[in-house]
Amino acid sequence: MHKIKITLNNEKRLVDIEPHEILLDVLREKLGVKSPKCGCDRGDCGSCSVLLNGKSVRSCLILAVEVDGQEIVTVEGISKDGLSKVQESMIDNNAFQCGFCAPGVIISATELLNNNPHPTREEIKEALSGNLCRCTGYLPILEAVENATKEGNNE
Amino acid sequence: MSILHDFEYYNPRNIEEVLQLRAEYRDKTRILAGGTDLVVQMKDNIIAPDVVIDIKGIEAFHEITFDENILFIGACITFSELIESEIIQRYFPLIKEMSLTVASMGIRNRATMIGNICSAVPSADSAPILLVYDADVIVRSASKDRIVPITEWFAGPKKTTLKSDEIVTGIALHFPERKHAGCYERLGRYSGEDLAQAGICILAFDDDQYHVACCAVGPIPKRLYHIEEFLNGKVIDQNVIQEAKQIMLNNIFPISDVRASKEYREHMMGIMLERGLMKAVSRLHGGENA
Ligand SMILES: Cc1cc2nc3c(=O)[nH]c(=O)nc-3n(C[C@H](O)[C@H](O)[C@H](O)COP(=O)(O)OP(=O)(O)OC[C@H]3O[C@@H](n4cnc5c(N)ncnc54)[C@H](O)[C@@H]3O)c2cc1C
Ligand code: FES
Ligand code: FES
Repeated sequence: MHKIKITLNNEKRLVDIEPHEILLDVLREKLGVKSPKCGCDRGDCGSCSVLLNGKSVRSCLILAVEVDGQEIVTVEGISKDGLSKVQESMIDNNAFQCGFCAPGVIISATELLNNNPHPTREEIKEALSGNLCRCTGYLPILEAVENATKEGNNE
Repeated sequence: MSILHDFEYYNPRNIEEVLQLRAEYRDKTRILAGGTDLVVQMKDNIIAPDVVIDIKGIEAFHEITFDENILFIGACITFSELIESEIIQRYFPLIKEMSLTVASMGIRNRATMIGNICSAVPSADSAPILLVYDADVIVRSASKDRIVPITEWFAGPKKTTLKSDEIVTGIALHFPERKHAGCYERLGRYSGEDLAQAGICILAFDDDQYHVACCAVGPIPKRLYHIEEFLNGKVIDQNVIQEAKQIMLNNIFPISDVRASKEYREHMMGIMLERGLMKAVSRLHGGENA
């Protein structure tokens, strides 16, 4: 048994885990954070994405013991003080249908906009290329990210 | 789905400790870098190590340095770090071009170049670049250090010449002093998460010498020496390209699998060789950089 300490959405959390436990399962089952979803369980779909020290990663491919002492942000953390601009834009653009891919898409878009507040369409596509969506055909999602950056311009 | 077997997890801070664990438990151990291959294989129960050694706590493995024309890439350097590195952008833009073809951001933020060549799948995107630059794989065990030329690294599909008590600490590449330029052509079904169906890397030098290497069209990534011999000393034109394509067909051994048929791979490798040579030569003569 390992006792690990992480900063999850700005809160210090302690949790007991076995080395074989996967971060995605620990977040959902032991730490009560339900936004990361299990789509494929093998790195292909992006629905389990979280920010680890500010970078998007697949939580289904990480052992929970690996993140001892590190910082994790999920969609719960991003929207702690109200929805972020990109989240608002997703709603305004009706970007999702079933919404299963949404948390992963929001994580990838948040990472992109943190590093590059005014991305081109190509850069948006590249940043979201690892997030599979079965419903929308992607266009409304791309438009929503694009619109979020335009609003940023007007400020 | 989770990992179904128990194992011990170590997270050492120094290399000696890693080497001791390797010496003691040998093939019962697995090194964990980004985990993008290892965790999938452990979930699938393809490998079930008793001891997992996470090497991300070792500071020296997080270095990219460029000294006396030698580039060193540490064992924990991710594809994202390669893409962002100023050293890479300035001296080895080909590595950036290749790294951008690997999976997507969420994988590249974890996946390492060393993990890529240690997994040694036939489609490993890092391999052709390392082959054209004649990279050295730097290997250590508790008792011995050795340098393995990348041409002697791959032993078969998913097999390398690394021994069970050894680890890779990094890769070294020489910056060629002659004027040179290259490109990486990669065939995939879509961008994002797909492994290469075929890949070819070309490095052209201004004295009409060429290095050519491929991946995903045979059991291991390899240099295409017969094509190089034919091309060396020649200026690239349509006749040369057409003949080189014929030589290629006798030197690659693709299989049919879920991603592409043998025939399609053969056909496309000819086209990619043509495109690659034209692009590398155009870059050499002052076109866009790489
Ligand atoms: C969705 C998805 C998409 C992918 N797309 C691509 C792609 O486009 N192109 C591509 O080439 N690959 C791709 N891969 C495969 C994988 O991401 C790469 O091979 C990656 O570079 C592996 O690096 P890692 O650090 O994650 O390795 P790990 O999973 O940590 O390790 C891989 C293997 O190497 C061993 N190892 C690692 N480091 C060392 C060391 N220093 N010394 C000794 N042994 C070591 C490990 O024990 C393990 O057996 C993809 C994987 C996924 C899940
Ligand atoms: S569940 Fe992790 S990438 Fe699909
Ligand atoms: S909205 Fe259903 S998967 Fe994207």
